Amino acid sequence: MTKKIATREAYGEALIELGEKNPKVVVLDADLSKSTKTSGFGEKYPERFFNMGIAEQNLMGTAAGLATTGKIPFASTFAMFATGRAFEIIRNSIGYPKLNVKICATHAGLTVGEDGASHQALEDIACMRVIPNMTVIVPADAVEAKAAIHAVANMEGPAYVRLGRSGVPVLNDENNYDFEIGTGVMLKEGTDVTIIATGIMVSEAMEAAEELDAKGISTRVINIHTIKPIDQDIIVKAARETGTIVTAEEHNIIGGLGSAVAEVVSENHPVPVKRIGTMDTFGESGKPQELLEKYGLTKEHIVKTVVQIKKQ
Amino acid sequence: MTIDYKLLQEKSTTIRRHIIEMLYESGSGHPGGSLSAADILSALYFHEMKVDPQNPKMEDRDRFVLSKGHAAPVLYATLAEKGFFDVKEIYKLRKIDAMLQGHPDMKGTPGVEMSTGSLGQGFSASCGMAIAGKMDNKDYRVYTLLGDGELQEGIVWETAMAAAHYKLDNLTAIIDYNKLQIDGTNAEVMGVDPISGKFEAFGWHVLEIDGHSFEAIIKAFEDVKKVKNQPTLIIAQTVKGKGVSFMENAVGWHGNAPKEDDKNKALEELGGVIND
Repeated sequence: MTKKIATREAYGEALIELGEKNPKVVVLDADLSKSTKTSGFGEKYPERFFNMGIAEQNLMGTAAGLATTGKIPFASTFAMFATGRAFEIIRNSIGYPKLNVKICATHAGLTVGEDGASHQALEDIACMRVIPNMTVIVPADAVEAKAAIHAVANMEGPAYVRLGRSGVPVLNDENNYDFEIGTGVMLKEGTDVTIIATGIMVSEAMEAAEELDAKGISTRVINIHTIKPIDQDIIVKAARETGTIVTAEEHNIIGGLGSAVAEVVSENHPVPVKRIGTMDTFGESGKPQELLEKYGLTKEHIVKTVVQIKKQ
Repeated sequence: MTIDYKLLQEKSTTIRRHIIEMLYESGSGHPGGSLSAADILSALYFHEMKVDPQNPKMEDRDRFVLSKGHAAPVLYATLAEKGFFDVKEIYKLRKIDAMLQGHPDMKGTPGVEMSTGSLGQGFSASCGMAIAGKMDNKDYRVYTLLGDGELQEGIVWETAMAAAHYKLDNLTAIIDYNKLQIDGTNAEVMGVDPISGKFEAFGWHVLEIDGHSFEAIIKAFEDVKKVKNQPTLIIAQTVKGKGVSFMENAVGWHGNAPKEDDKNKALEELGGVIND
């Protein structure tokens, strides 16, 4: 069984590494530092850590002000409050002036679990990708999360990194993984259908692909870790070579990865695209795995969807 | 430093003239809350602040953030007069492809420290700038100008709490307290009083001054520097539309540009027609 690590854990470790490497890195949190894992940085670099209290608007505004002076602020809270509560501050004070703020939000999606719908951000990818200048990244595992955090620290401009609460299988090899913002990763070759996944759904997609191959459907799997700027080439190539695309994400089917992929496919090489995600509904309380099953975010659901679409 | 009151008065008058001229040219914008802040900006840029128009990004410069971004004309007039850009730009305010946006844009306009316009956000950003100054042991100061109606925004109070918590004595907020907002007086729309009591309760040092007296404004800026471990709020009592008799204390001039007759009358009051 593969080791499971939450992407937020990797975020916390990456911050400590960055703190050592780059004195410009500053971390801000909104009274959730133990959950977002920024507290480790706070203990090691207290003079560069600012708890802004339960005040997400000022969290983002203060981060913007710090960025105007050349600091590299990482602003963290739960995805719901970062992108929902503070949306307009991110839009006007970070996106519009293209300030170098890294919004690293944890507890995205259904896998928040027991806290329920109020805390399960299922629209954050959509909210962030419509802001001009914003880079949007959804890491699939702990290795990718750590690489993504280092990558956004090294790029100039605003970025949103979506992180999770629950453990996800480690797919990538820490010693041998090249992460490039905006470049999708083909994890598995295939000729009949392509599953394009992001975040925690990447490992589900890989497992689904094995089953589909066994059923005689040769399945390609692509990990789109960067929702924006999206890797058009890898998507168009998949459309051309496999003719059918299924997307999978822990997010509303409206506005997220599925929408982004459908936009690229319909403008460049139209083929059928089927989106897997939450079906424009709120979540609820439950164990993460129970929720994923109830809302159709599992390898079984992916397999069923692909088989169905290939029959049509 | 000696205070050149004559210069400050001249600059204020010129700034007010620019405000009227540019709003006439643009056909839209906010004269009332621009005119009320003209003396404060004149005192900041022509006496108090360490800024260099030749080097707008000078590392240790003092910073001014116009949190009440709709008063952009007063900022543009001041920056142009200070030499950050050509005065001719002001006549293209709000025009397509021009530099000066309806609300301040830090990426496009030299001297603008923060993009503002959505109320409360400039105040929040100034908190970040002040924190950075503290982190790096810089002696620059951060000034931010808020409207009175702006105090109705929730983010203002988040910021007020944080600035006191982090003891940002390098941060000075100024309220342009002209008592009018779009839909009427503050009292009618959503009462903001007592401002001093609220900020004092949040841990701020508070001063109240006449926002049209250079002597009072500059004395306040000096007093602020003596306050340690606390941010300071200067409540500047001002008159909306100050300097143009028919715009003074008139709600209707919050967000309406002057027509030709209005412009001519206003310029007459501000020193007559000057051929420049």
